[in-house]
Amino acid sequence: MRSTLFFFILLALPVASASSAPRTLTEQDKATHVLNRLAFGPRPGDVARVQSMGIRQYIEQQLHPEQINDSAVDNRLSQLPSIRMKTNELMARYPEPQQVAQRAGIQKPKADDKNPQANRSQLQSYMMQNGLERPQQLLQELQSQKIIRAVYSERQLQEVMTDFWFNHFNVYWNKGQDKWFTTDYEMNAIRPNAMGKFKDLLMATAKSPAMLFYLDNHLSTVPNLALPLQAAARARLANPGAPLPPNIAAEEANQAKNRKRDGINENYGRELMELHTLGVDGGYTQKDVQEVARALTGWTIDRPRQDAHFVFRLMMHDRGEKVVLGNKIRAGGGIEDGEKVIDILAHHPSTARFISTKLVRYFVSDNPPDSLVDKVAATFMKTDGDIREMLRTIFYSDEFMSPDAYGQKTKSAFEYVVSSIRAMNGETNGSPRMAQLLTKMGQPLYQFVAPTGFPDRADYWLTDGTLVERINFAVNLTANKLPDTRIQLNDFPDSKTAALYLGSPEFQKR
Amino acid sequence: MPRVPVSRRFFLKSAGVAAASFGVVPPFLLRTAYAQNPAASKNRPILIAIFQRGAADGISMVVPFGDPHYASLRPQIALPSPLRGGGETTLDLDGYFGLHPALSSLKPIYDAGHLAMVQAVGSPDNTRSHFDAQDYMESGAPGNKSVSDGWLNRYMQTDPRPKGSAPFRAIAMSTNMPRSLLGPAPALAMTKIQDFDVRGNQGRAPGNSNSEIYSAFESMWHNETFDAMKMLKDANPTRFQPENGAIYPSQPFSQSLLQIAQIIKADVGLEVAFADLSGWDTHANQGSVAGQLSNRLREFGDGIAALYRDLGDRMRNVVIVTMTEFGRSIKQNGSGGTDHGHASALFMAGGPVKGGKVYGKWPGLGPNQLFEGRDLALTTDFRDVFAEILTKHMQTADVAKVFPGYTPRQSLGIL
Repeated sequence: MRSTLFFFILLALPVASASSAPRTLTEQDKATHVLNRLAFGPRPGDVARVQSMGIRQYIEQQLHPEQINDSAVDNRLSQLPSIRMKTNELMARYPEPQQVAQRAGIQKPKADDKNPQANRSQLQSYMMQNGLERPQQLLQELQSQKIIRAVYSERQLQEVMTDFWFNHFNVYWNKGQDKWFTTDYEMNAIRPNAMGKFKDLLMATAKSPAMLFYLDNHLSTVPNLALPLQAAARARLANPGAPLPPNIAAEEANQAKNRKRDGINENYGRELMELHTLGVDGGYTQKDVQEVARALTGWTIDRPRQDAHFVFRLMMHDRGEKVVLGNKIRAGGGIEDGEKVIDILAHHPSTARFISTKLVRYFVSDNPPDSLVDKVAATFMKTDGDIREMLRTIFYSDEFMSPDAYGQKTKSAFEYVVSSIRAMNGETNGSPRMAQLLTKMGQPLYQFVAPTGFPDRADYWLTDGTLVERINFAVNLTANKLPDTRIQLNDFPDSKTAALYLGSPEFQKR
Repeated sequence: MPRVPVSRRFFLKSAGVAAASFGVVPPFLLRTAYAQNPAASKNRPILIAIFQRGAADGISMVVPFGDPHYASLRPQIALPSPLRGGGETTLDLDGYFGLHPALSSLKPIYDAGHLAMVQAVGSPDNTRSHFDAQDYMESGAPGNKSVSDGWLNRYMQTDPRPKGSAPFRAIAMSTNMPRSLLGPAPALAMTKIQDFDVRGNQGRAPGNSNSEIYSAFESMWHNETFDAMKMLKDANPTRFQPENGAIYPSQPFSQSLLQIAQIIKADVGLEVAFADLSGWDTHANQGSVAGQLSNRLREFGDGIAALYRDLGDRMRNVVIVTMTEFGRSIKQNGSGGTDHGHASALFMAGGPVKGGKVYGKWPGLGPNQLFEGRDLALTTDFRDVFAEILTKHMQTADVAKVFPGYTPRQSLGIL
């Protein structure tokens, strides 16, 4: 009885079903497929809508997000003020509470304090009175905007690509100053470049405070750079040419040893090649890593605790000659050394292949067919890394629109949650509870620690633990038990049937 | 049903006397008893890893009161020497090192010979970023950011089992899968045992109004997850109450340890458990015998001591190891606290541990002995300790795979 009911549901609803994979795709299958891959799954009525407008027309529309009116989603986002603020405003309005306490002269509770709560509430009311909120609020608003956009934006492909590129150029929100830098990173480095030229996207990430901080390039300097003592710098500024007062000179000499910055930091240089461009087998050496890091010395963050923006500091820059992947960069250069490196990497055949492989893996199959990777890499080389053109090559390929690809990708936790809400015509404000559930399903948004980003592999997403969480999500969502989220049963006879639909093996796929 | 070892009766008879004199279960009795018990040898070894996030002050945990420089470097926050007498002091371990008095519940385990410390241990990478240092310690690959899985996950990869054969091999008591357990080998992260279940309503277990939806999902999936769920439900770990008079503190860390003990007792194939505790970043008002750090240490020590006592004879094949990303600056700072430093200390407890000893070469606190003139120098790479645990306790042959690009330099002989 149960299984009869279940198969009935499967027939009636657009599910990309692996077990019932068709030998040829009907028009309805094709519409379902593009909605599962270019978008975060169909809402009720979407499949018919795409069929009637034509699949080609839908793809072209999604490839041009700038021509899609998205005012409905803008209204929904108006409840999240921080996502429109500049970094300086974020740092002023969402400060670390300890720093507020220090500035306001609120004592930390002492160990023998009879009433440690009093200090805490004093700080809380001080922050409230001054219109200040905790940094954690920034994370919650980022997570909410991501959920709201994915559920409601008409620019679905742009959101899919924003998710893809953020993960490709991953940063970790919790790492120090990245709490205040990540908002700008997604809004200004990633999303606007998600469908443009790869080189522009790469450059935007290279110059973003979020990436400079996350992979430590902001610390990378020419070896043995002795940082001037602040007092000494002030004295020199006040009396140019005059000898330093002896006490300051002595202090400077004394501290020179400890204040020395210890030369290049290779973290960014390595990940830039291994993860962002060439790929681990892309044909670079440890020597190249060092040379790239040298070329990028001086790419750092100006006023990191105020407005925090990219700056090139010649003082920190290693001006010697570098050889990167066989290209000589002459001695005496400045910011253009790093720009040359980005240029070399953004046009390298290994990059074309690596990026194409990742895109095909995401849009087509966990085992990307070589035939298609070759075509996409050729598009990359021909179009100066035009992401839109690469996507077009993928979407119009036989490999993409094939029974072998249909319903074969396992949804990430985010894709699962968003496609569930869409399938149920849900109303949500992207509440923090949703982000907590995603964490339990293995996808803490903006909080994946490693620069690799979340793996794009079925076995990462579906494990014993995460499957249980997914099923519980389906049960609770359909019973309207989740806070700030309401769904409509529409064609489902009851919430249990709807839960079985969302919790089915078929619905875990896209 | 949990298995009852042959020698349990012998143990129970002796335990009353010994527990009275030691205050804890006397593991040496167990070692003797189980050495003669062939059934015990097939028991799988278990590792419990505990991360102190935020960089715990190693020289406040294992206090070098014998070092001539110690007291003067920390006028307000040094722990009083046990030689001084009067009031609360450091608990003497070996005439040179002492235990922070807030860790007093660990002292009997040390005295019984099943708690050891390693001093001046840590990561050779000299980053002072919490993020990077934790990342490196958990990936097991300091300085190499490209390693995306964790050392405990790689340990499990060295001994792969068919998928689904051991769903409870590795469990982290946390919401996020910790970096140490990230990777292709399956592991579970949960904050409560009850979470690993299909619930009709939030918090309500199946078996009543929701059994219908549970069995519908079960017939739909036919997979290991449901077998695992059933297995856990049958084993019903939460029925195990703390034994041997163990009392777990009420804070989340200790409650995590309690649940790890329950899962061990339920005998569902646990090999690796992970728990963490934050709040060690004591930049200001660190305190001495009392204060912020002292409160944290009490929670830490009482939790571990409760786990040790609760597990009783099961500790014979359990090793508990603690870790922290780096130590703290040796001189106290202007706010009565300490800043980010270099080497720290770790604890190891369990039946297989040759305890009652502080391991590791002591580098000294003199001005020329400190790392970069301010921090405790490192004399033991944390990977040497982890590798010893993996080879001698977990019986891994392939340690090179767990710590890429690293050959352990020394075996401290703790196991």
